[in-house]
Amino acid sequence: MDDLIADFVAECREMLEALGGEIVAWEAEPDDRSRLDSIFRFVHTVKGNCGFFEFPRLEALSHAAEDALADVRAGRRDADGPLVSAVLAIIDRIGEMIAAIEAGEEFPAGDDSALIAALAPGAEGPAIPHAAPLEGQGRTATAPRTIRLSVELLDRVMSTVSDMVLARNELARRLRESPTDVSVDGAFERLSSIIAEMRDAITRTRMQRIENLFVGLPRMVRDLTAELGKQVLIDIEGGDVELDREMIEMIRDPLTHIIRNAVDHGIELPADRLKSGKREIGILHVSARQSGNQILIDIHDDGRGIDGKRLVEKAIGAGLFGKDEANALSDRERLALIFEAGLSTANQVTAISGRGVGMDVVRSNIERIGGIVEVDSRLGEGTRMTLRVPLTLTIIPALTVSIAGQHFAIPRSAIEEIVRANGDAVTLERLGGAGVATIRGRRVPQVSLADILGLESEIPERDRTLIVLRLSGGDVYALSVDRIHDHEELVVKPAAPAVMATGLYAGTTLADDGSPILLFDASGLAEVGGVKLEAQERASRIAEGPASEVSKSTAVLLFKGLDGGRRALRLAVVDRIEEIAASAIKEAAGQLRVQVGEAILPLAGVPGAVGEGNVRLFRLNDGNHELGYAFAEVLDFAVIDNDIIHAERPGEVSGVSLINGEPAEIVDAHWLFANHVGVASRGKGQLVCRLPSDDPWMQNMLRPIVEAAGYRVIGDVDEPADLVIASQGSDVSGDEAGQTIWLRSEAEASGKKDSSIYRYDRAGLLMALKSAGTGSGI
Amino acid sequence: MSELLLVVTIAGERVALRSAAVESVVELDALIPVPRAAPHVAGLSALRSRVLTVIDCMRALELGVTDCSDGIREAVVVELDGHHYALLVDLVEDVVEAMSEPSPVRAAMRPGWERISEGMVETETGPLLVVDVAGLIGGAEAKAA
Repeated sequence: MDDLIADFVAECREMLEALGGEIVAWEAEPDDRSRLDSIFRFVHTVKGNCGFFEFPRLEALSHAAEDALADVRAGRRDADGPLVSAVLAIIDRIGEMIAAIEAGEEFPAGDDSALIAALAPGAEGPAIPHAAPLEGQGRTATAPRTIRLSVELLDRVMSTVSDMVLARNELARRLRESPTDVSVDGAFERLSSIIAEMRDAITRTRMQRIENLFVGLPRMVRDLTAELGKQVLIDIEGGDVELDREMIEMIRDPLTHIIRNAVDHGIELPADRLKSGKREIGILHVSARQSGNQILIDIHDDGRGIDGKRLVEKAIGAGLFGKDEANALSDRERLALIFEAGLSTANQVTAISGRGVGMDVVRSNIERIGGIVEVDSRLGEGTRMTLRVPLTLTIIPALTVSIAGQHFAIPRSAIEEIVRANGDAVTLERLGGAGVATIRGRRVPQVSLADILGLESEIPERDRTLIVLRLSGGDVYALSVDRIHDHEELVVKPAAPAVMATGLYAGTTLADDGSPILLFDASGLAEVGGVKLEAQERASRIAEGPASEVSKSTAVLLFKGLDGGRRALRLAVVDRIEEIAASAIKEAAGQLRVQVGEAILPLAGVPGAVGEGNVRLFRLNDGNHELGYAFAEVLDFAVIDNDIIHAERPGEVSGVSLINGEPAEIVDAHWLFANHVGVASRGKGQLVCRLPSDDPWMQNMLRPIVEAAGYRVIGDVDEPADLVIASQGSDVSGDEAGQTIWLRSEAEASGKKDSSIYRYDRAGLLMALKSAGTGSGI
Repeated sequence: MSELLLVVTIAGERVALRSAAVESVVELDALIPVPRAAPHVAGLSALRSRVLTVIDCMRALELGVTDCSDGIREAVVVELDGHHYALLVDLVEDVVEAMSEPSPVRAAMRPGWERISEGMVETETGPLLVVDVAGLIGGAEAKAA
């Protein structure tokens, strides 16, 4: 009997979860038959089962709801607001009762007759504004065939597979040491790949679609809006992103909190929205996507935004810092104040949020699982919160380092950069025994891992490697280690309390050879190493100043091209993203062009045929002209902080660089405009170059190169030119002779005094064009 | 049905561990030290895919330091609160049957032993001190905490 009840409870819970989104969608579209049917099925199932189990109250409730819905199905009644609310209230009560059954408790005492009475036609229900329809919830949830497994069992399987991997590694080492047969190697290879496959599959079993987390959001937003008298349309995207089921549980509360905040504080009342020229209905956009080994969850509202100034005032009021320091805060840092405990911009405390005990908890919860919360907001335009969380709790990409011969691991997420202590851009100083590293003009506290651990390092301080670690609060410090070894994905397990008590370690893991490695906790290291964090962050900005301006990294948009290439475009040139039908792309006037609304833009980024369906494109803007660039998908926003390896030839791709650990081609927007928009894009204030207009070679061959180098080309007109290009032996007026590049048609120079350039010496030409440009002081 | 005890030697003294608490007896070779950890934590070792926290029983009892330099050491693997520990002992002798319930030792013991004593039991080989595993793992600081 108990088993049957457990099955009943499980079935009901599953249906309730699947129903969460359906109900709200049904309310928005009461005529939608399929949704009505699935709600009807639910109450019907509950009714049938409780008759069998003797749960009289459940039965009465589900019976009443079934009757009312049957009427709607038969067309005898319309699904109006009061009815929907009454049905929802009953479904909620059923959910509570099922939870009580599951916990083995008595039903909460109470009377259900009010709920049942509310179902009657014409009954007074609470006035509930309609939540807008959901996007992305269009299809009815059909559950794939599943079975229930205990997480312990999965964990056991997982650890057995880990054992297998270790055993395989051990075997691999033995095989390498002794000469073996080719056939043995082949068999071993096969075994290896099977084990790898199995590990993947087992890891997947712990993964769950984030939809499970999102499915309850429409209902929550609906209830909130009803309570607050607001209108909010929630738009959910990316429900098929998968992440570790434990992780889903860990982000449930923070996500809920952020959404409550967005609805309560972010989105204004309909009247206020109209006043500020917005649509009455606020839009809450929730999306999830995977980027590398992180999941990004974006919560974006178009509400009133966060008032950074008010936050600062409150922070000063709360004594967090003085006025002078407050003035030094950047916009971003001002916004980040919402994560400080006890600060809230809400004028009054509401039942929903605003007690100022929220965002600091959100941040600490997310950070506990190795994630980051970012906030971006514009006053009057809205707020965007981004949660970045790792894919799983257990597998952490880490860097292995060694000190005094012992290996340790550092989580990759904390590492900002790695520099050599004796590098050009780095100086190490000692002030009263404390280490200060100056890395490209930025002063950061420096601690030696050997000192923290009390180990003796044989390598002198100068020859060690500095790892710059960024803590979640934004604090930075440099840790010197003996040697860097490898990037590894480590399966991390918690360490024993006696080990954790040191505060230095986040867990233990096993290296490939089966020996244990300790994983450091970056903030613990800082603490034990005596790095003073908050004071340091504000002071370091002084040293940052102009010096860091030079090394400032470029923000880029990382995307996948239509040909699958990983590329990056400088964020500044991307105006927006459009999705257009492939049929809007036509070859016209010598190149591909795309029609976007009223405009026809030149199109780049199309490797071959466009194909069917929709094409997404970036609209690039150079201030005067627009250009389309087709792509497959946006991967991430990133910064280029590694060196760019420049392409040999100018072209669509100007170079390649490591972005987020993988190479990406940097698209040269200038080249794109130069080639696709051509002459028309040249604005005023450019350098002017005179080319003989009667020389066809100059006009046809040379002109594009000169234009690509940033010049505006003129012919034999009466206009001062910054530069003149002429064939050797032709006439040039005296006052322009100084800035003339002479071209010759023979490859060999005629003598030492001959400063002319061979007309096909492209590199020489470009060099001359460049130096002419800088020489004129523009 | 009397309790089975594992007889081991710690700091030259024969003591008993409840065999129910013992998972296995292993020989440890490589020890990875844990810098900054409490002194009785001798380091980490791997047993298949599990990480064992190795406890130096002599240190935990403040009776000296086990010499780990000579390579392979015998250790008793126990589980406490989901973590696996290897207790370094001088020698693992035998499993014996307890012939009585533990009774308090009335004479004064040395402080280290006093802390981890669960009492004395009679066995075929004479009276033995039953050792509290959690006390060993907690080490010398546990008392102060």
